[in-house]
Amino acid sequence: MFPTPIEKASGTTRWLYKVALPISMVLWLLPIIAVMLTSIRGQADLTNGNYWGMPSEWMLIENYSAVFQNTPMVQYVLNSFYVTIPTVIGTVVLSTLAGFALGTYRFKLNMVVFLLFVGGNFVPFQILMIPVRELTLKMGMYDSTMGLVMFHIAFQTGFATFFLRNFIRDLPYELIEAARIEGASEWQIFHRVVLPLVRPAVAAVAVLIFTFIWNDYFWATVLIQGDHAMPVTGGLKSLNGQWVAQWQLVSAGSILAAMPPVIIFFLLQKQFIAGLTVGATKG
Amino acid sequence: MKFKLKTLALGAALSLGTLVAHAGVITLNTDASDPAPKAAFEALVKSFEAANPGITVKVNTFDHEGYKTSIRNFLTADAPDVVNWYAGNRMAPFVDAGLFEDVSDVWKAEGLEKTLASAAPSMTQNGKQWGIPYTYYQWGVYYRKDIFDKLGIAEPKNWEQLVAASKKLKENKIAPFAIGTKATWTTGGWFDYMNLRVNGYQFHMDLTAGKVPYTDKRVAAVFDKWDDLVKPGYYMDNHASYQWQEALPAFVKGDAAMYLMGNFAVAPMREAGLKDEQIGFMQFPEITKGLPMAEDAPTDTVHIPAKAKNKADARKFLAYIASAKAQSEMNKTLGQLPVNNQSASPDDKFLKAGFSMLSSAKGLAQFYDRDASAEMAKAGMDGFQEYMLKPERRDAILKRLETVRKRAYK
Amino acid sequence: MSHTAPPSSSWWARHQKTIAPWLFLAPALVMFGVYVIAPIFESMALSLYDWDGLGTPKFVGLQNYFDLWDDPDFWMSLKNNLIWIFGFMLAVPAGLFLALFLNQTVFGIRLFKSLFFFPFVISQVVLGLVFSWFYDPSNGLLALVFTSLGLEPLAVLSDDTIVTYGIVVAGLYPQIAYCMILYLTGLNGVRPDLIEAARLEGARGWTMLWRVVLPQLRPATFIAVVVTIIGSLRSFDMISIMTQGGPYGSSRVLAYYMYEVALSEYGYRMGYGTAIATVLFFIMLVYIGFVLRRIYRQEQES
Repeated sequence: MFPTPIEKASGTTRWLYKVALPISMVLWLLPIIAVMLTSIRGQADLTNGNYWGMPSEWMLIENYSAVFQNTPMVQYVLNSFYVTIPTVIGTVVLSTLAGFALGTYRFKLNMVVFLLFVGGNFVPFQILMIPVRELTLKMGMYDSTMGLVMFHIAFQTGFATFFLRNFIRDLPYELIEAARIEGASEWQIFHRVVLPLVRPAVAAVAVLIFTFIWNDYFWATVLIQGDHAMPVTGGLKSLNGQWVAQWQLVSAGSILAAMPPVIIFFLLQKQFIAGLTVGATKG
Repeated sequence: MKFKLKTLALGAALSLGTLVAHAGVITLNTDASDPAPKAAFEALVKSFEAANPGITVKVNTFDHEGYKTSIRNFLTADAPDVVNWYAGNRMAPFVDAGLFEDVSDVWKAEGLEKTLASAAPSMTQNGKQWGIPYTYYQWGVYYRKDIFDKLGIAEPKNWEQLVAASKKLKENKIAPFAIGTKATWTTGGWFDYMNLRVNGYQFHMDLTAGKVPYTDKRVAAVFDKWDDLVKPGYYMDNHASYQWQEALPAFVKGDAAMYLMGNFAVAPMREAGLKDEQIGFMQFPEITKGLPMAEDAPTDTVHIPAKAKNKADARKFLAYIASAKAQSEMNKTLGQLPVNNQSASPDDKFLKAGFSMLSSAKGLAQFYDRDASAEMAKAGMDGFQEYMLKPERRDAILKRLETVRKRAYK
Repeated sequence: MSHTAPPSSSWWARHQKTIAPWLFLAPALVMFGVYVIAPIFESMALSLYDWDGLGTPKFVGLQNYFDLWDDPDFWMSLKNNLIWIFGFMLAVPAGLFLALFLNQTVFGIRLFKSLFFFPFVISQVVLGLVFSWFYDPSNGLLALVFTSLGLEPLAVLSDDTIVTYGIVVAGLYPQIAYCMILYLTGLNGVRPDLIEAARLEGARGWTMLWRVVLPQLRPATFIAVVVTIIGSLRSFDMISIMTQGGPYGSSRVLAYYMYEVALSEYGYRMGYGTAIATVLFFIMLVYIGFVLRRIYRQEQES
């Protein structure tokens, strides 16, 4: 293990480490702690310039209910779910199928298709922006959550296929061969043999995509105009424009916007990190 | 024969049916998403429907910022019958692309050349009128009358007095001018007024229409005068870090004493606790002696898309919104000025001042970002902001703007 | 599970194995082709036109690219992209440092690790807002620190010389967390026997890190560098939230400039926008090619 385990160090070093850990964590999370504190401040603190000290009054309930009542925040959050959930489902379906095809069959263009999915994943969004916008307009899905979902599914499929293909390829191939000898159709192999085995990988992909899509801001600004379909990231930006000096309300909105991915992260941390660090240990 | 008659009758009934269905409804796409404009439009629709039984108006309200992009989509794809937009050059791309209906006939029938005279030039392109203006508001210098009184400063009438007042304020540790240039459009207001007062209305219009190079001596003269305020630091500190609303507290607290703004700034000033007696309003002072005064007065308009389905009723709606009665009512709610000169004059202190100022104006500019083309406006306002922060870069900035002008207006 | 195919589908039975992969691939390929691959070429084609999004596009050849060459805003954006790439690279050593710091087994370390990773989970919009308050010259924390030291507060986001660095710092915050997690995973895979052997030979601290640990962390370093470069070239959210490219365009990068030119209130120069996007694409293509080559080689080996 590197660095040397702290248990083996001298008592002082061990003690120092245990003190340094929480201190450094507080410093590291200072920006986030500041938003949390701001979200429970009263307007008086902000007018008096008390932005960073202890709040002089606690307005937790008032601020958060103000966000719910006076802004379309509820709508924004719902929209984010309308975008995120179908995207996760659609991506998982498409990429499991494609990952299965690339992971179990040997055919001529296998590598080309695989590299296409991997490469497309790194493309700058800007080169897709105008054609995707025009396409969405033509299909009558502009300014709707559906239009955003369609694009996200397509784009995320690149990464998810890469991930699932690698996972499926590492499954024992004998299982598939055995099923084939028994006369199972290709669909049955996918459905009965492979699908039950890829569940952990699907969970990792789903968690990761949920977070990516929830936090997407660029495509929301390109494909959505009005509050009726605006996800929470774009909504926050417009709230910030309307409440220029009311940081406490924007902060409360920010905390709300950040909640779902944070909750998912803490619940499914293992899957999340497994998805994110694919390739960090081998190759 | 019998059979034929029947089909004929059926056909007539059908076409009549569709006709009635169309005749009944007009759709209005509007960016009136803020409370006051929303209320004004709701009331307008109600009174229009009462005056025109059989016609109903379906209103689609869009987010104010999002509207600027979505209008491009619905004009080409699924056009409503009436849309909101702005006068001046902002209207030009849609007129050029054939997306707005020529409504000169409505102007003739209603005699609008007379009643809407002040805004007629900004609605006219290729000798035709393309929409109806229904509201505008004045720009000018709002100042803290109580601070002026305390320091014994009189309302400046010309440039020398304005500079002297600024000097005195600065000596008393008060920033002469509040401004927030993070969103750069606020600098456009300053440039407009400097140019209008130094070179006059026609030159300003020619410049924003791309007919004069930015390297022209007369443009340099504008910046020579502007230097009087920029170089001694008469604008509040760190103005590029703030939006216009974020600069307002400085004015309210008395850390800054003047604010060149549109009349929409009065409402938040009052909300923040300033009394009407504390706020003064003055026309932007004279710079070149004897030059007739022209003003900034951004005008909001309605238009009929070329692809509208129910143009007949849409025309009735335009005629209605052009009337003195409709405009008086709307602008009472909006807190702005009616364009129709037969309208009742407002009773609000600042609107009254604006009304008399605008009615005697030599000409009305729409504001830099509406008069200049989009590309020029963006580059121009960036340039003005840079100048206000780094006045020594003036020549390089103007050279750059000239490059943009050449490209944008070719 | 076993069943015999009916005679009528014997052709299908014979060819099932060759056709099946394409049927499985079809939905993903269609979506990916329509939304990702085709648009790349459409954009490149559009960059040869002058189009305001309303009328018919006018063919102008390479004019948009000539205009780019003469456009100081383009060069400014490109320069800022470089600042982003180099600045962002700090995330790699910083992430390694944090990972080494946290790679212990004391009580509660799992919670600490996840809290340190936390910034990566939060939307860049939220982080951008937080950092713009942090930089606020009258009430921001940074201004308070400066004033308490008796210094004039720095207006980070409205000073053209430092604004980009200011945003890069904000962008580094989640990126460091990302690199940290990559290295933590990598450190899990470091072989203890090699470490022990080196330790017996007297390697300590830096020597150990350089000679023994880092070579084993190469995969993690590779991924960290790739995601950091890609991330830096994609920087858009923070700029849009914190400065909108200002003051006077001095914090734009290509990705933001393209958006501004094509879709903002003062934009609608679609051809020019796609020309910028095409340049950005070719810059990125260098890295994409690099990554693909490496993956290809790995696949050949296994």
